[in-house]
Amino acid sequence: MHKSGFGTTRLGNIRRLEGLMETVFALCGWASIISVVLITAYIFMAGLPPILKTGISEFILGTQWKPTAEEPKFGIFPMILASFLGMAGAAAIGVPVGLFTAILLALMAPKRLAAFLRGCIELMAGIPSVVYGFFGLTVIVPFIRINLGSPTGTSLLAMIIILSAMILPTIVSLSETALRAVPKEYMEGALALGASRIEAIFKVMIPAAGSGIMASAVLGMGRAVGETMAVIMVCGNIPRIPRSLLDTVSPMTATIAKDMSYAGPFHQAALFGIGAVLFLFIVALNMVLHVVVQRSIEGKRGSP
Amino acid sequence: MSTKRKARDLILTALIWTFSLLSAAFLLWMIIAVLSHGLSGISLDFLTDEYNLYRGKTGILPMIAGTLLLIFFTLSIALPVGVCAAIYLIEYARQGFGVRVIRLATESLAGIPSIIYGLFGYIFFKNTLRLGFSVISGALTLSIMVLPLVVRVTEEALKSVDNSYREASLALGATKLYTIFRVILPCAIPGILSAVILSMGRIIGETAAVIFTAGTVPKIPQLGRVLSSSVRTLSVHLYMVALEEADFTSAFATATLLIGIIAVLNWGARRIARRIVKR
Repeated sequence: MHKSGFGTTRLGNIRRLEGLMETVFALCGWASIISVVLITAYIFMAGLPPILKTGISEFILGTQWKPTAEEPKFGIFPMILASFLGMAGAAAIGVPVGLFTAILLALMAPKRLAAFLRGCIELMAGIPSVVYGFFGLTVIVPFIRINLGSPTGTSLLAMIIILSAMILPTIVSLSETALRAVPKEYMEGALALGASRIEAIFKVMIPAAGSGIMASAVLGMGRAVGETMAVIMVCGNIPRIPRSLLDTVSPMTATIAKDMSYAGPFHQAALFGIGAVLFLFIVALNMVLHVVVQRSIEGKRGSP
Repeated sequence: MSTKRKARDLILTALIWTFSLLSAAFLLWMIIAVLSHGLSGISLDFLTDEYNLYRGKTGILPMIAGTLLLIFFTLSIALPVGVCAAIYLIEYARQGFGVRVIRLATESLAGIPSIIYGLFGYIFFKNTLRLGFSVISGALTLSIMVLPLVVRVTEEALKSVDNSYREASLALGATKLYTIFRVILPCAIPGILSAVILSMGRIIGETAAVIFTAGTVPKIPQLGRVLSSSVRTLSVHLYMVALEEADFTSAFATATLLIGIIAVLNWGARRIARRIVKR
């Protein structure tokens, strides 16, 4: 030890320093709790008054969003619906595609191919959401406009396509982890009993990894609901109830981001109201996630 | 095997391969679509010029500077706090109610969408604390956003340090603090480095949380006012030029640059991960 180091300092000073640093570490540990409390408090402090002023049911179930009209209307039902449809559509495409990719990665692919695919998925996870949005705007949207006969191309469909791609990495990597966590004996047992490889995967491995796969789906759905910048560039930003996949929509996130730049005082407050609703949506999803994860932990404890 | 079983196996196998290739194909499609229009737009001029539409200049040096400033200040806040939090969770805290609440809070932070961070940063840092659209508002907001990532990755790194190191150090008479700073943290450095890289990726890619806190001013801040100036990051710039200016040449070039940066960061993260595994 150096002369000037810890070893030669007086014992009392050392103790004081140790105690002080432990407090510092603990405070930093509390930083996440403080942040969660602050965020929740401020979002609701800003978001609840406009909801209450408009009336809870009118705000949530109202179908007209006319914040700048002479007689302004603040009904966000079309946005809630758009967020929900985007989430459901993204899950409908993203979960099977992601799960099957995870199966290939975890159980079937040769090493080199797996490494390449994993690299692709990692890159997909890292690419900024604006880049997804920009790709959607310059490739997917024109494609839909020209080939499917939507007047602008910006549509619910474009949004679902982009969201499905964006949640893939979440679903692939978590499902792969879940599949890998299943003991090898399960697979071997099923094969020994005469199941084919595919049967063993679908009837034994997937059920065994079920809660982990569910968790990946829920997390992916959370990402889809919260996604803003990719969606804003492809959805059309007109908050109407869509009648088909080719109609323009505006989910909660996109409306907030789009309107913030020009909103007047009450309009802006209403945007925080949307934020509060979105926040509750996410909290509900997180609770589902928590239950699923908890179940998977208990399931693991129960198994031999 | 019966024909029916064989047919089902075949179909499912085909689906597995198709879907997997579809995932990779989408990425390649996106990269090719962006790079084919964007690569030609990247030049020394583009990278080193100012952005001033009145003078017809569409360089992105201010955006590079803005991105670097936000990365620097965000990490200066999130890294010490996150690493200390991880130290607390792994080395000090008794596993009980308190730790469970901290873990739950960290998990919840990771699940909050970036637009909510943007709204929070706007109303709390920009309005309530009167920090305005500025680097510091942006950095504070982003540091909360990347905190869960830093904590989680650092925790993993600390966990992976063999217990015999701790015991040996303590047995030699070192104090707990000395053990942490001189024995455990040095071993955990690759893990912490990967936390840094992952955070950088998130900061670079973030738009919604940045646009409402750091603002959109495409200028390099003056030296004395770095923290209080509004800046524009590369991602925000891509959004602005694509949607507000409809300047697709700049947009494609910026998107290309972003993909390039992320690819390099991923490559770095992989190399570090490989080094950790080797040890």
